[in-house]
Amino acid sequence: MQEQEEAPVFIEECDIAVTVNGRHYEQRVPVRLLLSDFLRHELHHTGTHVGCEHGVCGCCTVLLNGEAVRSCLMFAVQADGMVVTTIEGMAGTNSDLHPIQQAFQEKHGLQCGFCTPGIIMTVHAMLHENSNPSDEEIRHELSGNICRCTGYQNIVEAVKLAAERLRVQQMEVQ
Amino acid sequence: MKPPRFHYCAPHMLDEALVLLDQNSEDTKVLAGGQSFVPLLNMRLAAPTYIVDINHIAELHYIEQEDGYLAIGATVRQRQVERSTLVQEKHPLLIEVIKHIGHMQIRNRGTVVGSIAHADPAAELPALLTCLKGEVLVQSVHGERVIKAEEFFTGYLSTALEAGEMLTEVRFPLIAPQAGWAFMEFARRSGDYALVGAAAVLTPTADESCMSAHIAYLGIAGIPVRGQTVEDAVTGTTLDEPALNGAAEAASMLVSDDMGDVHATVEYRRVLTGELTKRVLKAAWERRGH
Repeated sequence: MQEQEEAPVFIEECDIAVTVNGRHYEQRVPVRLLLSDFLRHELHHTGTHVGCEHGVCGCCTVLLNGEAVRSCLMFAVQADGMVVTTIEGMAGTNSDLHPIQQAFQEKHGLQCGFCTPGIIMTVHAMLHENSNPSDEEIRHELSGNICRCTGYQNIVEAVKLAAERLRVQQMEVQ
Repeated sequence: MKPPRFHYCAPHMLDEALVLLDQNSEDTKVLAGGQSFVPLLNMRLAAPTYIVDINHIAELHYIEQEDGYLAIGATVRQRQVERSTLVQEKHPLLIEVIKHIGHMQIRNRGTVVGSIAHADPAAELPALLTCLKGEVLVQSVHGERVIKAEEFFTGYLSTALEAGEMLTEVRFPLIAPQAGWAFMEFARRSGDYALVGAAAVLTPTADESCMSAHIAYLGIAGIPVRGQTVEDAVTGTTLDEPALNGAAEAASMLVSDDMGDVHATVEYRRVLTGELTKRVLKAAWERRGH
């Protein structure tokens, strides 16, 4: 017979352990705390922006175990044991910009910059899966990130430049 | 825009989840992908006292081919189905439909079963399940039951699920190899809920006429709508121009009178439904086997 385990109970607070940008954090959080607010208010990683808080604008996009997700549509407690990457984790340790960030700067892929962290994280996930996307594919994948001031033309140009550089980088590694 | 307080539990076993669901059944909600549910919480349109997070229940994580259908468990994310070689091979229409759901970031978390349980009449998967005449498996501490799609969706965001019950599996019937299929929708912006959408499956006879037709719509009423009059209009035909026009006419009549809103008037939805019907039927027919 199986050993009797303790039945699970409802809780209002929970101890979680999350790796964010390579650093391990252990913290007690209220269960209703959104992952976006956990990153911003508890860990003070304010690079992840919060726009609409219902999953439409894409500002709060982070990588959860490598997959792009809306951090406003999950609870911090659900990220327990997972690896989160935010915009703060993109640049190298010596503060060199990530090739995607560099490309956005060079191609003027941002103006006010509010939507940019979410877009960069989306682009990171997109290029990981498809290293040479067409204009149409870029526009389709970016449709979940709303930009209200830059306009998408320069963003698409930036993604193309970033993709090209990352492909060259990948070839050099090989 | 912050969720109200709630009590939370994330069990690892289905049995445990069903017990938790049974204890406070009137005031407990199941959390799977959360891509529709968490916005409702954030906007405080929903405020359950208890939330049972099923994401850790490994036994609900499966995509399996059964006799005549594909079974998908409650924790399978839409993106996993999108990438599944089994689904690609056995049910390409399901992948085609899923690609229309929200955005990649949403599909990375959102589940197939959750979309069915949420029962948004403008969502893609409830319409597909209706088109295919699929079924769902519902479980509770008292046992399990299988509900047909046509009986499952009972109204706007409402289903035949009773208090204490959980939707644990959705069954998408497989499509005959010679059948043609298509899915189309019209949304003002990519990833938005569509104004109107339709899924169609057409099975040809040996002499190239339509032996059977299945079509269902999203966005035209409070529940997904099966277009029986549209099916009748094309069955036995070769999908020629008059048949398609008849189908479009029948389809536009299916749009519910109360479907006018800020996004589109009823009249516009009717026109859209007719045109979309022609296109989706044509596309499905072109894809048929010989």
